[in-house]
Amino acid sequence: MKILVPIKRVVDYNVKVRVKPDGSGVDTANVKMSMNPFDEIAVEEAVRLREKGLATEIVAVSCGVAGCQETLRTALALGADRAILVETDVELQPLAVAKLLKAVVSDEKPDLVILGKQAIDDDANQTGQMLAALLDWPQATFASKVDLAGGNATVKREVDGGLETVEVKLPAIVTTDLRLNEPRYATLPNIMKAKKKSLVTTTPAALAVDVTPRLVTLKVVEPAKRKGGGRVADVKELVAKLRNEAKIIA
Amino acid sequence: MSTYRAPLADMQFVLNELAGLSQVATLPGFEEASPDTVSAILEEASKFATDVLDPLNVPGDREGSKWLEGGRVKTPAGFKEAYEQFCANGWNGLTKSPHYGGQGLPQLVSTPVEEMWHSANLAFDLCPLLTQGAIEAIELRGAQALKDTYLPKMVAGTWTGTMNLTEPQAGSDLAAVRTRAVPQGDGTYKLSGQKIFITFGEHDYTENIIHLVLGRTPDAPEGVKGISLFVVPKFLVNADGSLGARNDVRCVSLEHKLGIHASPTCVLAYGDNGGATGYLVGEENRGLEYMFIMMNLARFSVGLEGVGIAERAYQRAVAYARERVQGRAVGLEKSVKTNTIIEHPDIRRMLMTMRAYTEATRAVAYVTAAALDNARVNPDAAARAMAQAFADFMIPIVKGWSTEVGQEVASLGIQVHGGMGFIEETGAAQHLRDARITTIYEGTTGIQANDLIGRKTARDAGAVARTIASEIDKVAAKLAARSDPGLQAIGVQLAAATADVQAAVEWMVPAYGQHPRQAHAGAVAYLKLWGLAVGGWQMGRAALVAADQLAAGEGDAGFLHAKIATARFYADSLLPQVSALSHSIVHGGESALALAADAF
Repeated sequence: MKILVPIKRVVDYNVKVRVKPDGSGVDTANVKMSMNPFDEIAVEEAVRLREKGLATEIVAVSCGVAGCQETLRTALALGADRAILVETDVELQPLAVAKLLKAVVSDEKPDLVILGKQAIDDDANQTGQMLAALLDWPQATFASKVDLAGGNATVKREVDGGLETVEVKLPAIVTTDLRLNEPRYATLPNIMKAKKKSLVTTTPAALAVDVTPRLVTLKVVEPAKRKGGGRVADVKELVAKLRNEAKIIA
Repeated sequence: MSTYRAPLADMQFVLNELAGLSQVATLPGFEEASPDTVSAILEEASKFATDVLDPLNVPGDREGSKWLEGGRVKTPAGFKEAYEQFCANGWNGLTKSPHYGGQGLPQLVSTPVEEMWHSANLAFDLCPLLTQGAIEAIELRGAQALKDTYLPKMVAGTWTGTMNLTEPQAGSDLAAVRTRAVPQGDGTYKLSGQKIFITFGEHDYTENIIHLVLGRTPDAPEGVKGISLFVVPKFLVNADGSLGARNDVRCVSLEHKLGIHASPTCVLAYGDNGGATGYLVGEENRGLEYMFIMMNLARFSVGLEGVGIAERAYQRAVAYARERVQGRAVGLEKSVKTNTIIEHPDIRRMLMTMRAYTEATRAVAYVTAAALDNARVNPDAAARAMAQAFADFMIPIVKGWSTEVGQEVASLGIQVHGGMGFIEETGAAQHLRDARITTIYEGTTGIQANDLIGRKTARDAGAVARTIASEIDKVAAKLAARSDPGLQAIGVQLAAATADVQAAVEWMVPAYGQHPRQAHAGAVAYLKLWGLAVGGWQMGRAALVAADQLAAGEGDAGFLHAKIATARFYADSLLPQVSALSHSIVHGGESALALAADAF
């Protein structure tokens, strides 16, 4: 069984992001980039399925700039067998990524696609669902447990108010939630081996996918700065302020 | 609270721009050390340091290792698991021979990784460090059977190693070693005696511990020429590699120390029940010589501990200075609302001092690491010899100066915290307590300084010293020739320091023979003078590279501007100490020795 794991290169979660002065986006020049943490969980899950003997090959794929190679090498060091980069400098939106992935899926014919439920940069939470729709495959999103048996995947999903268990027929799309697993550290020998694993580069044109952005970013702004606090004399004043100034209670 | 974050940007800058990683990666056997692989290694090591080792540092210090009845030792909670993970992730074998399961990477790549371990948890890293020393001893001089029996397990970390040199009467002077080793006629020896200060001499990490022990055979000559080196396993190893009988070596107590509490410092008793079985490494009576082969690397590693501690203390002080609100800083615009202490000029001075020392010691250590790699495997014999001469000169400086600086920086870290730094809760005090051993073990600063004035300066009549001084002068000239007044100012200070260094060398070379007592009284000043000067040299080189990158629009402008500012601070505020030290070397010896011993 083959598993495809799409991964995204994002600004590292430790970095304090800065908005570009012209408000056109986030400044990524000289900023530390890493694998989207939800995608790390997806890679880990795929590796665990292979370790259990349920999968035979893991292919990592990333869409974006040449720098994504570094992120793919990380996936290879964590246990992916080979990698594909769909290289483009165009700013990719979820629909474009889903279309690219669909093209990769029709080439690779995986039995399962596992990816992060969302990326920590734009928090779109769309790619997995769009890919499922484009492929007309079943989807199980926000997975906190995945079991494979008899051509089906049984997935525990984190939903409002608790856990929901669904069963989908393979091939299927699974998107990962935080509690699915705790990703391992890459071992030094595996970092060294990752360099020798296959990493193939292709382009949107070669996959015949139009990645022109469909959405226009109007403005990116930082969250409002916290205003200084103040002391209140008693609970009565606090309640009055919450009601009249903050307007958070009626 | 401060969380350790590896200074990856500075590490990469020093590796690539100052230490010449790309050159080291062309050396035979090091082809794997490409920039992208090295960057991936540093990235993963930094995660391990931050997520696993750093959180154990404070609890490990509080709990400490404990001696239990029967001679067992319990390491602090979490250490065993962290050690197992450390080994499972392959970090133990980074520089080790691929033949025994290592990765065979250059010392230059190991250096930033080791620095991270030292920063995150010095006490933890002592076990892998000592194992590394034991592996080298066996690998360099051990018979093939010893290598095959012990090395694969030690490289994997399944068994750890120790170095047993010190005895109660034999500290810095190993000629006084008394441990007896009696040949049994079957190629083995029976050892008996007491060893002290044995780091991780007993612990609960692994099923076996391999002790490397200095001892004397019955007919050995007196003094250093009669010392042999033995492998003494805690459990004997059967022919099939399985563990056999318990050997006659016991941990009889742990020392109560000022710092590195998580690291068990053991008193080991050999031969209480008839003698511990040992296997000779190499030939009889050549043990000390073998020890010295490893000593360079061991001393280098301890020097790196100074860098690691300095970095950690700096990060903690910065975090505190950013948070702590106290007083109103002088001379700021009214619009500046913050009252955090980082705005106070004196706090800035301390943080800059800490930062500049840390960056300078790091650069000096990494440049030395590259020389160690070249000395080992450069295919050109002349290049090998030159690198060896340079590394030999630098090792006592890296060891002696970086650890002295590490202490000073850790002490400043406490000062930045004020009264809270004296309170253990903030964690600042631990760095100073942990740093305090680094100027003592593997040869005190005094021993390093004696090595520097004797074997490294006087023996070749100052040839290598003069060559290095002229290299520093070249960088000073380059800086002075720049149009930027900031770079010029660095150049002026560096040129002045070089002149002072040269004066000290010209005094030291004849004085070593003619006035040995005065020369030795000035030895530590001479070592510090060299440390400051080579630190200034590397900071000067860094400023030149940073200015060129800025002019070319390359790199992270914020980082590069900070690098130049830090180099300038170093040149104007730290480097001038060279002048005072030079005076002290030349003129201070006589008065240092003026009083008779009974006048103290």
